[in-house]
Formats: sequence, structure tokens, C-alpha cells
Amino acid sequence: MELIKINIDNRTVEVEKGTTIFHAAKKLGIDIPTLCYMNLGDLNIEHKPGGCRVCVVEVEGRRNLAPACATECYDGMVVHSHSMRVLNARKTVLELILSDHPFDCLICAKSGTCDLQNMAIKMGVRSIPFQGEKSTYKPDFSPAIIREMDKCIMCRRCETMCNDFQTVGVLSGIHRGFESVVAPAFERDLDHSECTYCGQCVAVCPTGALTEVDHTTQLIRDLADPAKKVVVQTAPAVRAALGEAFGMEPGTLVTGKMVAALRRLGFDYVFDTDFAADLTIMEEGTELLDRLTRFLDGDKEVKLPMLTSCCPGWVNFFEYHFPDMRDIPSTARSPQQMFGAIAKTYFADQIETKRDEMVVVSVMPCVAKKYECTREEFKVDDNPDVDYSISTRELAMLIKRSNMDFASLPDEEFDMPMGESTGAAVIFGTTGGVIEAAVRTAYELHTGKTLEKIDFEQLRGIKGTRSASVDFDGVEIKIGIAHGLGQARKLLDDIKAGKSQYHAIEIMACPGGCVGGGGQPLHHGNPEIIKARQKAIYQEDAGKPIRKSHENPSIIKLYDEFLGKPMSEKAHHLLHTHYFDKKRKDVLLD
Amino acid sequence: MTSIKLKLKESEVQQLKEVARSFDNKPGELINVLHKAQEIFGYLPAEVQEVVASELNVSVAKVYGVVTFYSFFTMLPRGRYPISICTGTACYVRGAEKVLDEFKRLLKVPVGETTADGKFSITCLRCVGACGLAPVVMVGDKTYGRVTTDGVKGILKEYEDEV
Repeated sequence: MELIKINIDNRTVEVEKGTTIFHAAKKLGIDIPTLCYMNLGDLNIEHKPGGCRVCVVEVEGRRNLAPACATECYDGMVVHSHSMRVLNARKTVLELILSDHPFDCLICAKSGTCDLQNMAIKMGVRSIPFQGEKSTYKPDFSPAIIREMDKCIMCRRCETMCNDFQTVGVLSGIHRGFESVVAPAFERDLDHSECTYCGQCVAVCPTGALTEVDHTTQLIRDLADPAKKVVVQTAPAVRAALGEAFGMEPGTLVTGKMVAALRRLGFDYVFDTDFAADLTIMEEGTELLDRLTRFLDGDKEVKLPMLTSCCPGWVNFFEYHFPDMRDIPSTARSPQQMFGAIAKTYFADQIETKRDEMVVVSVMPCVAKKYECTREEFKVDDNPDVDYSISTRELAMLIKRSNMDFASLPDEEFDMPMGESTGAAVIFGTTGGVIEAAVRTAYELHTGKTLEKIDFEQLRGIKGTRSASVDFDGVEIKIGIAHGLGQARKLLDDIKAGKSQYHAIEIMACPGGCVGGGGQPLHHGNPEIIKARQKAIYQEDAGKPIRKSHENPSIIKLYDEFLGKPMSEKAHHLLHTHYFDKKRKDVLLD
Repeated sequence: MTSIKLKLKESEVQQLKEVARSFDNKPGELINVLHKAQEIFGYLPAEVQEVVASELNVSVAKVYGVVTFYSFFTMLPRGRYPISICTGTACYVRGAEKVLDEFKRLLKVPVGETTADGKFSITCLRCVGACGLAPVVMVGDKTYGRVTTDGVKGILKEYEDEV
């Protein structure tokens, strides 16, 4: 490792050869502004196209200004990060970007969380001296994501997430010069592409070019309708991030306040998706044990490894890209959909409400969930099990609109029975959590012994793919974990090539799992935020009195009174699903 | 970008696969493969791009990105006699735009499109390296130098008897 010395703003710093000016400056506490730059740290993706030129600095002996994010230091380099020339250039660059940007900031969905807006404030832009043509595009409305490319500044972060991180490959920069824009092939709508709706493009978009479909207007209408029973379920990852929308530190748990807020918003029943996560474990865990037992008994037909199926972005991904392997994932529906199916049958009967008088709303860290509830197979007589899904961000906005001081709300408890959950369910919110929850239950059901240690540290972490083995009383169960669809692709390629050693694999589409979901307060590609949320999830698990899904009293009661046993005919009908081959067979579309 | 639909025949798909194979199916050879494909089909309809994408294991969106980036690639079929008018600096200052207008007027099609009978198409290009002959027009592989608006009719006449 070769060390070099460079001078930035009259201060010297020693850095490794190959370090960029941006990182060297950071070491000195100098925060060079960036716009197109994005660094996913532990996930090994640094997006530094040097395209926006906001990070330009003056390098002595160099004729033109250098983009700090993409220029490597050399020994003896002398840099000025805020000379007059730099400040003027930076402002001009911003004015030029703004000259081709709509000025509807007041009514833009990203207003307040927009990187471009913040940069304009920071640079003190007060006028746009450049007048010229503006690019105009037809907005693209999909069931989950909205694209308004008038607002695109060509940072191309979305392209990096879609291609390099997720390997979905739907978005690409097209055309050139003034006409250039990021779009799916042949400028089709997202709905006609192979988009998985993972929403990572939304999570990193600096402006309002990529946003989620908004269901808050519909929700306000339903809450005001006295003829409707409105039931809400909240996903585990929401409680670990919602506080950020109210200025709290990333990783602040706000479970109790969130429940209080939902009650005050007017929901008739405030329930927890965690209840359905416990139910998922009962079904998926039983399915895993069933496959394992048959495998150990020498059944050659059994499909292993079994893949998890809770993540709708991941389900879309294998339906598009690996349809020939669609018999490998568990048939268990996602917790969101299990919740809807039980709410509109078991619970609706309890409160003597007809299916069409009940509205089931989910609060999800996810935009793919919006698409998932529109799937035909999750409807009965055209009435969806889950009517619609709102994101963590939409919930935060509703709370603010409803005059609540979130921080001073009391801590309240979820309603019963579908609000009761265990620690195993909470950890569904992070990568590695679903499989850990499954292991806790599968181990005890298989061995008949009680776990001495509930925490499986070997399954935790933030690395893109991880593997571990768990001793099931003499039988070694090999487990793989992937988050990010690019990582999932690697494991799938291995399975295809017959190289996979795993018995079970957990896959989540987003970085860090649901905590880094596309519907969360924007992580802007910052992995520290994701890790803080992950920590909060494990903290909630550790504090739960019951930490294994099969010990959840309300779940036990649900099976006793209604479902019979896991994988029963009724359970199959309500809690399991099938997958489709969505690979485009005919190249001729439209 | 508008495109004309094409139903690829199995033999044409095989031909494209062969082209990709001749470049070892390397993603880095995308531009070369597209060049060859355009040589074969005369243009690059969506269907051709889909096959190229899957053969080179790159996303269709990326292929489309490259096709729309380079003006040489086209998604519209060219005429049997593709007319290219140089609008590089030298040709431009010596009246290329007027020559271009005359072609458009006589053929009644805008730049980038093909006449209804499929005979002629008009494109612009930047510098063919014959600035001494400016303004330069190419029809297929044949080069015409010092073209004037009055001369346009004569050039088109040369192709009148052809089927």
C-alpha cells in the first residue's frame, strides 16, 4: 500500500494511492458537494460518473476544473475546493441543470427530500440566467412506480441500481445530448418492461423523476366512510425507519408511537404484519421441514434448496428471469398477503363484517407491495385480499397532515388478535431474518428440543451473500442468504449449474432487506442508515417476551379454530400461491 | 424512436446468432455485432436488438441505448438507395442545407425517413473526409461532389430506370 501526500485548502493529508480527491477531502472533514455521486459502501458499489460537475475543484497545474468524485490524487497534488473559480463554476453548473428542470417544486412529491432542491439552497441560487428549450416527456404510471422524466437530471444512479446492483437491466441511458434520458428499452412503459418494482431506483433518485404511486387520497376517503371497516397492518421494517421522517436518528424504534398514530388516524383495527410473518414461518417452516425430511429419506424428486417467497420484488425477478426455476421457491404467500387472506375470512367472521365492507390497508417499506396486492390470484370475486399498500413515506406524510406531534405521542399496543407477534416475526425486516425465524421454528419442530440460544449470529450481517450451517441435532442444514437481486442471481446461477450446496436460501431484493426498501424514508444510497435500522430490528426482537413463531398464542389459536394445521387444505387455499412464467417468449410486444 | 415491426424468420435468428458467435458472444463487441446486423437487415428493428441482447447477455435497454446514441444505427429501414448528405462544417458553409432541402422537397420525406416506394431514404452525416469536394452527397457507396440545388434532380434521375 503506497501512501501519498496531498494538500487541500492549505491542509495536508496522507492517503492511499488511488484515493479520489473527494475521499481525501472527507478525511480532512471537508465536505465537497455532490449530486450524481452515490456510495453504497459495504455493498461495494460506488457510482461516480463525474457527470453533474457539481463536485468540481481547482487543481494547481491543471487547466480545467476536476470532478472530485472521479479524480484520483497524486503525490504533491494541490487542491482548492472553494476558490472563487470553483464556487462560480459550481453555481453555474447548477443553474444550467435547473434551466432544464420544471419549477413545480411546491407541488412535487420529492419537495423537501430533493437533493437538487437542497443543492440549490446550499449554493444560494436565486435566479436562472439561462433560458432555453426544456425537455418534456409523457409521465409513465405503473402500478407501483411513477416516472416523470422532465425532472431527471441524468445522474444515472437509478441505472446503476437497476443494472449493477439488481441486474434487472430495465433502465438505460438512451439517445444523446439534449435528448438523452433514462428509460426502458424502446421507451416502453415500466408496466411493459421486466421491472420488478423493487423501487431501488426510487430510493436513490435525487429528484422527483422517480416516485411511488400515492394511495393516501384513497385512504383518507376510506377512513371517512362510516360504512367501511378499515384494517391496517404494518410491516416489521416500518417501525425501524418511520421516526426518521420526523427528524429522529436512523435506528430509532417507534413501534408504540406508530400504533398510536394509526389509531388516531381513524383505523378501526391496528394490526401487525408481524402476526402474518409468524404465520408465514408456520407454513414456510413446515414446507421446508417437509422437503428436508423427504430429501433425507432419499426422495430424489424433492426440490432443494427451498427459496423464500416473502419479497414481491424477488418473486417478480424470478418470474421474469428464472421462470424455469419457479417450482423451487416456497409456495407460501408473503406476510402481507397472508394477512389480507386471514383478515377477510377469519377476522371478518369474528366481527361479522362482509368482505366488501372491509378495507385492508398495509403500510410497507416497499413499492413492489403496491403491485403485489393488485395480482389477480390474490383476489376473491375481484375483491383484493389487501386493498392497497402505502409506503412508510406515505404514512409519515399522513401523520404530518393530521396535525400530530409524532414525538410526543404515547406508546400504544397493537389490537388483538392480529396484532400479536413474536421476535421471530420482527426480524423479517432485515436480511437474514426470515431464515433465522424459520430456523428457530424448524429446529424445535424437527428435533423436539428447545433451543438453548435463540440468536443465530452466523446468519446476521450486511454482506451481499452469506452462508452458514446450522446443526439440526446431527443433521447439518446449509443456509444461504442474499440481499440485492444481483446477489440472488449469483446463487440462482449456481443452482442452475448444479453447484449449490444449500438446503434453504433467503432472498430479499433490497439492500439490507426490507429496512433498505424502496418505500422507506430515502436512504440515498447511504449504508449507515440501513445498518442502523437493522440494529433496531434486532433490538426489538431481543426485547420481545416470545421469540419463536410457533409459540405465538394467537397463531396457535388461529390454527385451532380455523386453519387446522400448517399446510392443511384450508391453509393451502388461503396462504399459498403459485408462480407464473413471465419471460417474454415473443419478441414482438405491444 | 419510431420503429417498423418485423417478424424474424428462424433462419434470420440463426444468422444473428452466428454473427454474435463470430465475436465470441462478448458483451464488449456489442457495437461490432450491431454493425454486422445492420449490414444484414439494413436497419435494427426492436426484434433484432432483442436477439443481439440475449446472445451477448446484455440488457435490451443497454442495446437500445447504444442504438439510439450512434446516429449511424437506424431503427427504420433505409431505401434501396440511401442518400446521405454531409452537413459537416465545410459542406455546411458551402450550401449543404440548401441541397438537403431540395432532396426533401423532391422526395417529399423528412430526414431519417424513406419514400413510400422504399426506393430512397435521406440521412445526414458529419464529414466523409472529402471536404475539398464540398458539399458532398452519397448515394449508397457512390460519392457526388460540389453538388448544387440544380444538380439534385440529375442525381435522382440516375436511379430512375432502376427497378
